[in-house]
Amino acid sequence: MEAGSGIAVSARGLVKTYGALTAVAGVDFEIREGECFGFLGPNGAGKTTTMKMIYCCLPRTGGDLAVMGLDPDRSPAGIKARIGVVPQETNLDTDFTVLENLRIHARYFGVRRREAAARAAELLAFVRLSEKAGAEVDALSSGMKRRLLIARGLMNEPRLLILDEPTVGLDPQARHLVWDRLRRLERGGVTRIVTTHYMEEAAEICDRVAVMDGGRILVTGRPRDLIRQQIGEEVIEMVPSEEERSAIAADIAAFPARVEQAGEKLSISCDDCRPLMALLSEKGYRRITRRPATLEDVFLKLTGRDLVE
Amino acid sequence: MSRVSGKLWRVWRRNFDSFRKYLHVNVLGNLGEPFLYLVAMGYGLGSFLGDVDGVSYVRFLAPGIVVSSAMFAAAYECTYMSFLKMVHLKTYDAIIVTPVGIEDVVAGDIAWGATKSLMSGTAMFAVAAALGLVESWWALLVPLLALLVGFHFASLSMLVTSVSPNFDSFSYFFELFVTPLFFFSGIFFPLDPFPAWIRIASRLSPITHAVDLSRALMLGRPAPTPLASVAVLAVTAAVLFRWSIARMRRRLIR
Ligand SMILES: Nc1ncnc2c1ncn2[C@@H]1O[C@H](COP(=O)(O)OP(=O)(O)OP(=O)(O)O)[C@@H](O)[C@H]1O
Ligand SMILES: [Mg+2]
Repeated sequence: MEAGSGIAVSARGLVKTYGALTAVAGVDFEIREGECFGFLGPNGAGKTTTMKMIYCCLPRTGGDLAVMGLDPDRSPAGIKARIGVVPQETNLDTDFTVLENLRIHARYFGVRRREAAARAAELLAFVRLSEKAGAEVDALSSGMKRRLLIARGLMNEPRLLILDEPTVGLDPQARHLVWDRLRRLERGGVTRIVTTHYMEEAAEICDRVAVMDGGRILVTGRPRDLIRQQIGEEVIEMVPSEEERSAIAADIAAFPARVEQAGEKLSISCDDCRPLMALLSEKGYRRITRRPATLEDVFLKLTGRDLVE
Repeated sequence: MSRVSGKLWRVWRRNFDSFRKYLHVNVLGNLGEPFLYLVAMGYGLGSFLGDVDGVSYVRFLAPGIVVSSAMFAAAYECTYMSFLKMVHLKTYDAIIVTPVGIEDVVAGDIAWGATKSLMSGTAMFAVAAALGLVESWWALLVPLLALLVGFHFASLSMLVTSVSPNFDSFSYFFELFVTPLFFFSGIFFPLDPFPAWIRIASRLSPITHAVDLSRALMLGRPAPTPLASVAVLAVTAAVLFRWSIARMRRRLIR
């Protein structure tokens, strides 16, 4: 499955258990070369576990897994040489400065000193940390640390970059910076695998996403397609009063719409909500809004609206 | 399934770079204590004692202090420091996403611990030489001995680290194991006056053998069992090295 087959990662029936707990319960997916693929899912869904199996830091319990044509059980070093990892937990080396972190990381890959220095300078500019090159890691803000982790993950010029919640704790500017950088990597043909809890981010940067829950993949597809298939084009949201609540079912029965309730709020999805919207305002319902359907609607519909546990 | 490779030196280099960067903090901590023991006990206590084992007390003591400084350097490095990197700083996690595998990370830390022993042991040896406590050219082999002691003790300490749930468990290791070794390996006094079981137990400890060798080299007299002593140190070190890496792998890769 080397260059040419077009598949960067493929999994069949991939399973991971920790003792009695099944973290990943048999998943299938194929990640294409050059795409940005997202794993979405609530806390504990198994996203990080899946990624760790891909980047060869967690042996799988069962199933098949191929990363750039190689089996993580057999050729971990060969795979790791060609992937970059931005872990969920910040694990920069606090004994060293920003620049030293990048150089030392490059050394683990056997990159030569001079080459490493050139790449480090370039990548610090890439994540806008050039000014901090000489700063100790502990002196960085948490958002700067995340950006440095991204630079570090690129030090070996990976063909596949794995990012576990890369934008946690970033301000909007920094988040847009990261999105932009991920798009630039696309031009270089770098495959990217990301997890995120921000659905607008997933819709923005991912070519395709898989929605996971309880160790399984529920659906896989392009964000737009998933929204259309699972929700429709638009959503009407309202917080009905008692009497409105009893009347609403009858009022919308004639329309091809689906109603979901989360706490006090009703979400009514439809492909074209305008006629229904007109009717509802005519009938005097208040506090109704119409908006385009989003990936968040898909996520909540598939994984449940209420917090589990 | 232990695959140690030459990449362990990349981990060693990381530790060396950190050491060099914080050299000013490191040096005193590593050498101050053994130096104090040598001066306070050797000259202070020694002035009340006659010859021990045929030489002045400070001459008797110095070779043992060299070994103990090597022992403590590796023990500290591969318990507290390795645990810190493994659990708290997540340094190990950061390295194993690169082609450097967990075996190389652990082996690199052990190699570094042994290097610290080499440095500490050699520094103490130099102090002893400067004080005129060395009597033989054979003593030039003492740094090599310190390295071997370091390899043994770094591996042993890493094994302890691989089963330690937290920092507190190391105080058990130090208080119940390292400190008794320190006192009952013939560093401070010959074990002749003690009951047979203590003498036999002590002969089972590789540190006793290291002290024998060190004393023989520095005082220029034959060791009781030179080849056997080297063999005990080297073989136990090799076994502990393999074992600690296997345990560590089981702890970290599940
Ligand atoms: N080392 C471990 N030992 C035991 N159970 C684990 C371990 N790591 C993860 N788990 C369990 O595996 C399941 C999946 O965890 P995982 O970290 O993959 O979730 P996630 O989707 O990344 O969640 P989050 O969004 O919170 O990061 C959880 O139930 C978790 O408790
Ligand atoms: Mg996670």
